[in-house]
Amino acid sequence: MRSRRDQVMAVLVIMPSLALLAIFVYGFIGQTVYMSLTDWGQGAALALKPEIHFVGTRNYAELFTGFLNVRFRQDLVSMVFFTILFVGASLALGLFLATIIDQRIRGEAVFRTIFLFPMSLSFIVTGTIWRWLLQPRGGVNVLPSLVGLPPAGFLWLSSREQALQFNWQVLPHYVVLGAAFVLIAWGVWSAARRRFRTSALVGLPGMALLAWAVTGGAARLQLLPFPEAHGFNLALVGVVIAATWQMSGYTMALYLAGLRTIPDELREAARVDGASPLQVYRYVELPLLAPITWSAIIILGHIALKIFDLVFAMAGPDNAPTSVPAILMFLTTFRGNELAKGASIAAILLVVVSILIVPYLVTSFRAGRA
Amino acid sequence: MRTSRWLALMVITVTLFACLGGTAASAPLSGKLEIFSWWAGDEGPALQALIELYEKQHPGVKVINSTVTGGAGVNAKAVLKTRMLGGEPPDSFQVHAGQELVGTWVVAGRMEDLSDLYTKEGWKTAFPEGLLNLLSTERGIWSVPVNIHRSNVLWYVPDNLKKWSVKVPATWDEFLSIAPALKAKGIVPLALGENWTVSHLWESVALACLGKDKWEALWQGKLSWKSPEVVGAWRTFGKVLEYTNQDAPSLSWQQATDMVVKGQAAFNVMGDWAAGYMATTLKLQPGKDFGWAAAPGTGGVFMMLSDSFGLPVGAPNRENTLAWLRMLGSKEAQDTFNPLKGSVSARVDSDLSKYNAYLQSAAKDWRTNAIAGSLVHGVVANERFMNDFATVMEIFLNSRNPEAAANAAQAVAIQAGISR
Repeated sequence: MRSRRDQVMAVLVIMPSLALLAIFVYGFIGQTVYMSLTDWGQGAALALKPEIHFVGTRNYAELFTGFLNVRFRQDLVSMVFFTILFVGASLALGLFLATIIDQRIRGEAVFRTIFLFPMSLSFIVTGTIWRWLLQPRGGVNVLPSLVGLPPAGFLWLSSREQALQFNWQVLPHYVVLGAAFVLIAWGVWSAARRRFRTSALVGLPGMALLAWAVTGGAARLQLLPFPEAHGFNLALVGVVIAATWQMSGYTMALYLAGLRTIPDELREAARVDGASPLQVYRYVELPLLAPITWSAIIILGHIALKIFDLVFAMAGPDNAPTSVPAILMFLTTFRGNELAKGASIAAILLVVVSILIVPYLVTSFRAGRA
Repeated sequence: MRTSRWLALMVITVTLFACLGGTAASAPLSGKLEIFSWWAGDEGPALQALIELYEKQHPGVKVINSTVTGGAGVNAKAVLKTRMLGGEPPDSFQVHAGQELVGTWVVAGRMEDLSDLYTKEGWKTAFPEGLLNLLSTERGIWSVPVNIHRSNVLWYVPDNLKKWSVKVPATWDEFLSIAPALKAKGIVPLALGENWTVSHLWESVALACLGKDKWEALWQGKLSWKSPEVVGAWRTFGKVLEYTNQDAPSLSWQQATDMVVKGQAAFNVMGDWAAGYMATTLKLQPGKDFGWAAAPGTGGVFMMLSDSFGLPVGAPNRENTLAWLRMLGSKEAQDTFNPLKGSVSARVDSDLSKYNAYLQSAAKDWRTNAIAGSLVHGVVANERFMNDFATVMEIFLNSRNPEAAANAAQAVAIQAGISR
């Protein structure tokens, strides 16, 4: 039984950090969002009392539809591709390394340390090392000449080639289509659980969106009056390699911890039932590692979405093929003096990261209560 | 009791006289002076020489050297902006002379007018008129230039050109006529580096295509970016780019210069800090191991850029800063700083014997040529335009379409308040 005094104490103890958070995190988030709705950045932007007008969502509209903001859109696309590739590669490599080390090999501690070591470096150091390694006329590109082949000529960080190109104009169509499918799937899932009211509430709008998209209504939502190609910049491959090199050891440590918490009884029970080692791995260990994978995705994902220092050190601020929104935000705000536009980019970044993190927080909150 | 009162009175009188004397004659300065810059590494010794000179002249002042390195000033400028917004300006900060200063700090009312200083020190005749025009607005003169660099220089190795039987091109048409033969020999006609060096090349090409007067008109908003002349400049630029190296975006400007020195490339357009690099770092002899000329089509025009220092409103040690600025404009300081930095003095009366062969020739041009301002290095356009010009360049590099680039540039010029 908690006494009343304990409760008062608890509130008192928690107040300072709550107040600091309220001001220095949420207060400034609020200020940034407010700034993003103004035109701060016109004329005398850096005066002691700059003239600032409220303009609503004009900055956001400009970013997604203005023809001069093509770099922002490409950066957004680059960020998505970078995140998917980097998280995917780190998970795969991390799981692979953890599985090998979990075989109780000799000198396990040594290997574990070696693989984990890159994480102790800062992204600036990693970026500088890999910038040297990925120089077009040196490093990785001259490796083939060691075995007598001609040196490779790939422009690791500055190639202008793009893969998986798509037209920015079709984006609304596919976004609506995707939203429709998600809603319908949610509706079906609820119906299967006999929650018919929820099912109708999400399913019907989903069907409406689907109909709208299929009849071509959504395609008429033109973001741009002209086609604009965006895609995966091959120059990002180098950045993905460097980031994976740094973070896969950490992912390995996560998986290794997960593997070590699986009780041996489960493995033994499976073996008694006649499972081969591969089957034990596939049907016992992997499913039990799912929560680790989710944590790793959250941790690596938010690093990837906000990546700045690694790219800054590897390719510099002005190398458009490897640019990401965080770098653009820095340049827009502090070099171009367009503070409102920079704030809009920051707000968009926050929303994107929230999309990744909020569901995780909600589920862990629920799990905590249960 | 009485004696102590007398004593107090005497102390007060003496102090009063001391104060009066301080304002009338120049009492020794004291306190601190904070100098904010991005000069470190190669440029560190030049700044250090200035600081030492100041400390010799004003031994009572403690100079604080606040340098923020990296990113060609990007990081320093970001730190400076947060400090200024936070109401904590340094006493004086490094800034490119011209619109980079005017468009950001002067329009914001953050700088003090230095016209009086200019009149008192006789700088209105010591500096060329073309430079004064670029430093001033109608309301005043805003900074003191410590050095002058030239943007439009073409570099080459004389012996190599002789070997390939190529002449130094006087126009871009001449360049385009000799380039295919060089390319056929496996030589890169024009070495290029990372993205800002591409814009740097652009300004030399544009200056050549437009001429000095139209280049100025462009920045005064009197010539549209969509005009046939500017579109033509983009077209020429596109043709020139075809004769540059594929791996340009991965190279620093030094590596691009190296290509010329090593005989892999014939020419390179770069600012004259390249002379400092070749003479000091690579220990080459100016005029023999490397040669120079005005970038094709820009003979007789000196496209300048300059580092300068000004007086921010609310500088904590105003008197010390004024002494710093007075020193920076002096012949002695300019001739101390520039031979080390590898630039020429902004003054027309500098002592040429302290400079190497390249700098002597540059100083001669500085005194006789017409003066134009650089875009990439902050003279003719404000920071907003400079930042967005990177996007314009990106649009051109991806589309190779002169009209698209011209349209984008016009839109940027309107947004940045240069064009209407």
